[in-house]
Amino acid sequence: MSKIKLTTVTFKGTAEQEKQLRAMLNEEKSGAHPSVMAALQKAQAIYSYLPIEVQTIIAEEMGVSLEEVFGVATFYSQFTLNPKGEYAFAVCLGTACYVKGSGEVFDKLCSTLGLGDGETSADGKYSVSATRCVGCCGLAPVMTVNGDVYGKLTAKDVPDIVAKYKQA
Amino acid sequence: MALVNVKINNIPVQVEEGSTILEAAKAAGIKIPTLCYLKGVNAIGACRVCVCEVKGARSLVAACVYPVNDGMEVFTNTEKVRQSRKTTVELLLSNHNQECTSCVRSGSCELQTLAHELGCDGSKFSGVKTPADEDMSTPYLIRDNSKCVLCRRCSAVCKQYQSVAVIGPNGRGFDTHIGCAFEAKLMDTACVGCGQCIVACPTGALREKEEIDDVLAAIADPTKRVIIGAAPSVRVGLGEEFGMEIGANVEGKMAAAFRRIGFDDIFDVNFTADLTIMEEGTEFLTRFKNKEQLKKEGKYPLITSCSPAWIKFCEHNFPEQLGHLSSCKSPQQMFGAVCKTYYAEKLGMDPKDIVVVSVMPCTAKKFEKGRADQSAAGVPDIDYALTTRELAKMIKRCGILFNELPDEKFDEPLGIFTGAGLIFGVTGGVMEAALRTVYEIVVGKEAPSLDFVAVRGTDGIKEAEYDLNGTKVKVAVASGLANARKLMDDVKAGKSDYDFIEIMSCPGGCVNGGGQPIKTAFERNNYDIKALRAASIYNQDKGMEMRKSHMNPAVQELYKTYFGEPNSHKAHEILHTTYVKRNKF
Repeated sequence: MSKIKLTTVTFKGTAEQEKQLRAMLNEEKSGAHPSVMAALQKAQAIYSYLPIEVQTIIAEEMGVSLEEVFGVATFYSQFTLNPKGEYAFAVCLGTACYVKGSGEVFDKLCSTLGLGDGETSADGKYSVSATRCVGCCGLAPVMTVNGDVYGKLTAKDVPDIVAKYKQA
Repeated sequence: MALVNVKINNIPVQVEEGSTILEAAKAAGIKIPTLCYLKGVNAIGACRVCVCEVKGARSLVAACVYPVNDGMEVFTNTEKVRQSRKTTVELLLSNHNQECTSCVRSGSCELQTLAHELGCDGSKFSGVKTPADEDMSTPYLIRDNSKCVLCRRCSAVCKQYQSVAVIGPNGRGFDTHIGCAFEAKLMDTACVGCGQCIVACPTGALREKEEIDDVLAAIADPTKRVIIGAAPSVRVGLGEEFGMEIGANVEGKMAAAFRRIGFDDIFDVNFTADLTIMEEGTEFLTRFKNKEQLKKEGKYPLITSCSPAWIKFCEHNFPEQLGHLSSCKSPQQMFGAVCKTYYAEKLGMDPKDIVVVSVMPCTAKKFEKGRADQSAAGVPDIDYALTTRELAKMIKRCGILFNELPDEKFDEPLGIFTGAGLIFGVTGGVMEAALRTVYEIVVGKEAPSLDFVAVRGTDGIKEAEYDLNGTKVKVAVASGLANARKLMDDVKAGKSDYDFIEIMSCPGGCVNGGGQPIKTAFERNNYDIKALRAASIYNQDKGMEMRKSHMNPAVQELYKTYFGEPNSHKAHEILHTTYVKRNKF
């Protein structure tokens, strides 16, 4: 088994996005140095993640196999196979937050949502990620949900915060 | 090319500029151990087993990729070098499933050999192992990542020989593993089953799915009549598993071994190779007469259908071109079909009580036997498809001293064959066999020479033109699916001006198939294995009295008493098949 996290979220790409993707790939192919990696970067800028539907089009257009594209996409940490959730939960595991117990906060968040690091719920609503220092160590331990910041957390606080977004 | 002077371990040697240290050392009579390197396919300097000292260089260099220059002094056997190689292999062993006693590759494993030669301690480093999974999804091969050393030889041959590229490295660092896109099972990908990855693998991470026990159980069952037949190229590969030279022809010993294992009928798939020529040759002549019309319908040129990995490749990559394929079953499938119809009737037996076993240089045959429309008698034409390697294991398991066996003959009638059937094992062989017969049918007399040398040789793509009584026939032969893809791109674009195309999946044809004996990288790098095995086949063909498929008396008898004539309605029902469109990825 691998650590690669495959998405369970249904692909919701639009015709407009596909048009942009194909135009980008045409440009990439006719460039001086066509590169799968550059194509993946630009595709991720369009879709914000790299699902199989997008990688298949890249493989076909760039004239390589799907596995070759997938190999590149899973090598670099800049690429993600999972879309961010409608509510993106991020717990800081930077040094200050960690010594103040953000590890427990993170574990509680994972168990409450039933998701692991880098995963997104199948309905696309929630995602979990562990982040490096977010720059407000005075509030440690810190969790952010989209633009909302929650500081000085304990694991006990997590269910209520999650419930707030489940009702929203 | 300019020559440069280098010294390897103080031995002066002159080599071409641009040669690697590895090549220069070989010229100086020195062997540098390698693991990830495979000549012409994989030179990535990744495994660090081939490291050497270069005078003046800051660190050790990888001999497989480091080019020599004039005046260079290389040391391949210093204490520093030996220690480095040893530690590298010990680190590989620390992340390796060391179940060597029962591993299928014990004895032919390159990692095991290196560990012995370098004096490694297999338990020197202990620690966490990369989590590994096993892919058992296909009927032909097993991928066991717990034995993978990440050399990438498998993914290199998959891409470069076959342009299939369904396996490759996923993830990064300690989590890197060989797998398919989106971690799919191999069965759900466009894998063609050729088995070239197995013969390229240095360890037991890739192996065929064995059917030896099933075959032995069938032989032990008194209610079953068990028939065996081997493909042409098995006889020039099998001996290698018993220490003989590459390409040794052991046809007679193989027949004797079949008898001693306990098979009831010792037949030969060469017989149905001859039969294939009758069916496919007739099919060609029919299409040839109608070529202008059939071109418009996407059914011309005609392309051979003997190689099951090629068929699956075409179904995945050229689904709109399936009309070009001959509808003939492969010789293996025709063999099973004839055994369970014609021969079953002759015996007065229910085909359900007949077990047909084939021995193939091929792993894709294990997939082919399970395809739809391959059951002429209502039961699968072929029950078990063994590789050449499995046959060798079975002979050893049965306590047969193979090297001491006398030469014996195959049984009649389905063990009779001509040189034309025999050469099916080599790239160009099906084409040559077809030409020997087609020429005679069209022109009305034997071809001036039965050796159609233009279609011989190990080149990836060959072409030739023949004059048949004023009519020109242009043919092409490709082996290795990357080469096939080139021909097919032209066919797809409507630019192909050939009449008849032969395609074999494995480079060099079946003699170099994925089910043949595994050769070490050192042997692959220094001998032309496919050419040696091919020469052995042509040598046998040259000495044969019967060299044209239509002269095979057993084939003639089969048509006279059973099928009527080639491509008859009955022949179509029993000897022909259909294909399906598949997805590209």
